[in-house]
Amino acid sequence: MTTVPIEATPVDRERSSITWGGFSLAFWLPVTWMVTLLFTVALADILPIREPTESDFTALKARPGLEFWLGTDVLGRDIFARIIHGARISLTVGFFAPVFGMIIGLIFGMMAGYYRGKLESIIVGVIDIILAFPNIVLAMCILFFAGATMVNLIIVLSVTSIPANTRIARASTLVFAGREFVMAARAQGASDLRILWHEILPNIVLPQLAYILSFMSIVIMIEGSLAFLGVGIPPPTPTLGGMIAQGFPDINTDPHITFMPALILFLTVLSLNLIGDQLRHKFTIRESAL
Amino acid sequence: MLFYIRRKLIHLIPITFAVTALSFFFIDLLPGDVADAIAGVGTDSTVIDEAAIQAIRKDLGLDQPVIVRYFSWLGNALVGELGKSYQTGQTVADAIALRLPITLQLLVMAQLLAVVFAVPAGILAAYRAGKVTDQVVTTLTFAFLAAPSFIIAIVLVFIFAVILNWFPATGYVPFGDDILANLRAFTLPAMALALIEWPILSRVLRNDLIATLQEDFILLAKAKGLGTIYILLRHALRPSSFTLITIIGIQLGNLISGAVIVESIFALPGIGSLLVDSIHGREILMVQGVIVLMAMAYVTINLAVDIIYGTLDPRIRQ
Repeated sequence: MTTVPIEATPVDRERSSITWGGFSLAFWLPVTWMVTLLFTVALADILPIREPTESDFTALKARPGLEFWLGTDVLGRDIFARIIHGARISLTVGFFAPVFGMIIGLIFGMMAGYYRGKLESIIVGVIDIILAFPNIVLAMCILFFAGATMVNLIIVLSVTSIPANTRIARASTLVFAGREFVMAARAQGASDLRILWHEILPNIVLPQLAYILSFMSIVIMIEGSLAFLGVGIPPPTPTLGGMIAQGFPDINTDPHITFMPALILFLTVLSLNLIGDQLRHKFTIRESAL
Repeated sequence: MLFYIRRKLIHLIPITFAVTALSFFFIDLLPGDVADAIAGVGTDSTVIDEAAIQAIRKDLGLDQPVIVRYFSWLGNALVGELGKSYQTGQTVADAIALRLPITLQLLVMAQLLAVVFAVPAGILAAYRAGKVTDQVVTTLTFAFLAAPSFIIAIVLVFIFAVILNWFPATGYVPFGDDILANLRAFTLPAMALALIEWPILSRVLRNDLIATLQEDFILLAKAKGLGTIYILLRHALRPSSFTLITIIGIQLGNLISGAVIVESIFALPGIGSLLVDSIHGREILMVQGVIVLMAMAYVTINLAVDIIYGTLDPRIRQ
């Protein structure tokens, strides 16, 4: 939900001594988790898992065990299968929304940082206005009235990552727009578009990409919250947030129904944050760019 | 200084227009209008009566062009008339006035708790930068940053309401009725919000403090033989808290989003649950009113933060 990712200072970088390929265990563990999750989610249809919407009325609220690995929910549906299919939605939305947000943010930010003047004031003003609407509130209203489909969800959530992306892109464009090679290109008669595309974009796209994992984690959290509030993709399609909300009334007696999907959501967001943080430090992205 | 404040206030005018217009238009542009909702379109059971819809539309002025409606709505909004619920007949202003104190109490308690968690953690981490204590605090902030508010709320309910039974999981008691019961009901929701807020505050404070602790005046204070705690609290904390103050303002949007979720989990009848209920009940005017209120609150608080910031640090006034 954080709009601007915040990270640790470089002071505390030389902590762990055991590394593989320059990265510590705190990098490889989350990578393993994400790769496993991605594979399971991608292959969900051919893997031998149960149907996520199929009820087994002889096993309502079953505990985790051999037959149902993570147990069943209140309608006797396999929690493991539902988590895999729910994570599929989270990851799809969590991938596309930040990518679109980044593209739009790059365009806005580069224009603001390159052309300056009135255009910059307008873009900064638009960003201020988007920020004035709390992101979950905005998403909730639009989804409820426009319909909670996957496409709408992606559009709404990409809007929430535009402000931070624009700020990052604007700050790095400001740095490069005054550099000698840009002036040289202009002296050779290159058009603004060519300068932006060939000179500035290649320099700022990598630092921008370094933040995308953080935005993915934020979008996945918002998607979970929306589904939890009942304004995400509607049932019977399983969503992690929806599963948590459905299990919540039974938290006294069957906490696993709530906590299994919650744990998966938590681990996924944590992994994305950890990987993103380490990559940023590996490639020493300057945090002052924000 | 006055010039700075005036410039900031002038900046507020276009933002106010944009924020109100946006709240008005995008709800207006979405499929289905108030008349449809009143007549029950979209709730599968009712038969649609075109004539009735047209009558309601005329009654509400919905047959006017959208610009005309925006300005008449804005004019009414300025004097606090935001329309009324067509289900209960309660005015939007009344509903908000009734529920606002609850949300304000929640936000204030949450913010206080967040500062109470964040300041010691940030100081400790900065003082022991790079050491084990710092790593523990940093790891904790990482874990909490990865937990959405609703998961934190659920874990709190499970630990403190289900297992320990110290606090109620739901139920609101008005402040006037029983102060102690009221505070007990607010403890878990406020804590849930504080727990999503503190890692951000703590990290910002830690980073600023590390920079401050390398300044010469800190070295001088050490040379004078002043105690560590005295130096940290009296010399280092104040110059390191500028970013913290700004972040508290910026984070307000997050906190409001969090309040919407936390209020519905703990059944607190505040602005957040008003919004969720209104959305599910298709109370368009109510939704509009609440969104405008939230957006304007965010804009105003950030303006106040800017002004406070300008007072504390003359450099940014220029």
